[in-house]
Amino acid sequence: MLNLFQHLINLMYYKTLKRVQGDSFCVYHGKRDASVKTEFLSLAFLFVLLYVMHDILKSFAEAVGLIFSFNRELYSIILLSLKISGSALIGASLLGVPIGAIVGMKRFFGKGIVISVLNTFMGLPPVAVGLFFYLLFSRRGPLGFLGILYSPSAMVIAQTALAMPIVAALSHSAVASVDKGIRHTAATLGATPFQTVKKVIVEARYSIMAAVIAGFGRIIAEVGAILIVGGNIDGYTRVMTTTIALETDKGNFVLALGLGIVLVTISLIVNIALHRVQGIGVQGD
Amino acid sequence: MLKVSLSGISKKYNGRYVLKDCSYAFEQGKIYTVIGPNGSGKSTLLRIASSLEPPDEGHVTYHDGSSTIENNIMLMRRMTLVFPTPTLFNTTVFKNITYGLRIRGLSRNDVAHRVERVLMDVRLMDKINQNALTLSTGERQRLALARAIVLEPEIIFLDEPTASLDPHSVVIIEDIIRGLKKGSQPTIIMSTHNMFQAQRLADRVLFLYEGTIEADGSAAEFFDNPGDDKAWRFITGKMVY
Ligand SMILES: Nc1ncnc2c1ncn2[C@@H]1O[C@H](COP(=O)(O)OP(=O)(O)OP(=O)(O)O)[C@@H](O)[C@H]1O
Ligand SMILES: [Mg+2]
Repeated sequence: MLNLFQHLINLMYYKTLKRVQGDSFCVYHGKRDASVKTEFLSLAFLFVLLYVMHDILKSFAEAVGLIFSFNRELYSIILLSLKISGSALIGASLLGVPIGAIVGMKRFFGKGIVISVLNTFMGLPPVAVGLFFYLLFSRRGPLGFLGILYSPSAMVIAQTALAMPIVAALSHSAVASVDKGIRHTAATLGATPFQTVKKVIVEARYSIMAAVIAGFGRIIAEVGAILIVGGNIDGYTRVMTTTIALETDKGNFVLALGLGIVLVTISLIVNIALHRVQGIGVQGD
Repeated sequence: MLKVSLSGISKKYNGRYVLKDCSYAFEQGKIYTVIGPNGSGKSTLLRIASSLEPPDEGHVTYHDGSSTIENNIMLMRRMTLVFPTPTLFNTTVFKNITYGLRIRGLSRNDVAHRVERVLMDVRLMDKINQNALTLSTGERQRLALARAIVLEPEIIFLDEPTASLDPHSVVIIEDIIRGLKKGSQPTIIMSTHNMFQAQRLADRVLFLYEGTIEADGSAAEFFDNPGDDKAWRFITGKMVY
């Protein structure tokens, strides 16, 4: 074992030298005092690192095992997360895309203010949104009679509110960027006002898709709002992010890590999708 | 066939007159070239005459025979304007051309041969399935023209249709314009900075200067004697701005 490390480090040393000073200078087994010292330090560091990492690596391995053993608890939590954030995304898109399109195409009094508000709400802290809906849905709140606090419905509503401004603001810039040219062109080709609006939206389609994906990215990884209005009830409102927070607190890293891996994977997929869609939008079909 | 006339048109942008009291009755089936210095109001005149923009003062009226045509979508569909730097749709060349036909309710089969013929005219047949946004400047200009003439409009407004084109593309587009005159005989109202082109194509020339129609005449006479000092200095390149 030690030999192997030594060999590796020698090799690295050799390569570095080679890069710095060229081939001729260096002799593979020619050890100098300085290099022995470096070797020792590197090795010591590696072992300390391995020792410290041991627990984490072990949990990590178990977490991966959990994912590939199709653990029921894990997958029901993932599914609930996707369901809630997915429903919220549908809601946010149904509201946000038309709002963005209208703001992008119509001229009206206070348009600048609406855009500023949307842009501000894009960055609202999720906990603040959670608190707002908590007060709204709590028993004594104005919508307390609905009795939806600590239910998936409340979580969907809170996340809809979180994603909507992003979808709307990005749809707005998507539509506004194509609006003038397309509107005039459609008019010259004999489009009715309705056909013109349709064409503007079709031309902005890739950027609108990007807006929707960005909205999803915001809510799937969000914990503040969903925790406050959902309450993290086992098997009912417990989703990926809230489970990670709770299980970490309890010291149960395996489930937390497993969910973490899934969450990061989803984020990665979302971002790849975003990148692709934006790429298509620039290049054409 | 449709005819357009302007009476007392004025247009202000930011409180400044860009067009002042322009009146002109365009005859049906003729080619008009509008010339004049940069910023003299040529593009604005074309946009207003094609009802894309309302004038601040005066009227644009459209006639068919002796009856006046009301300004609505049906009228808009009988004419078209091509912008100097056209906006193309982010889709294939084919779908760009069919857009105007599709929104008129024609099916893809109805339009196929029409589209094909127009694509031949503008020499873009081999690009039919290419995304329009990847075309070269000259190809874009030709596609925009194709997209307009496939609608068989009765009045065509062309705003600098050959700006930034190479001589070959200029010839293609001029041939198309001449072809239209022989074929469906629309009224063609185009702006240009190319005096030779104006001379080659036009039946009549309008000289626009600081928002007013300073001079007009038949192309044959205009370039020899425009009957206006400013116009003379402009076409001979002696105008100092
Ligand atoms: N939407 C607008 N807002 C403000 N000013 C405008 C607008 N459109 C045109 N103008 C102004 O009106 C004047 C005439 O513009 P127009 O585009 O009609 O000129 P043109 O004769 O077509 O010029 P060119 O030969 O450069 O194309 C210019 O001074 C221009 O700045
Ligand atoms: Mg112009």
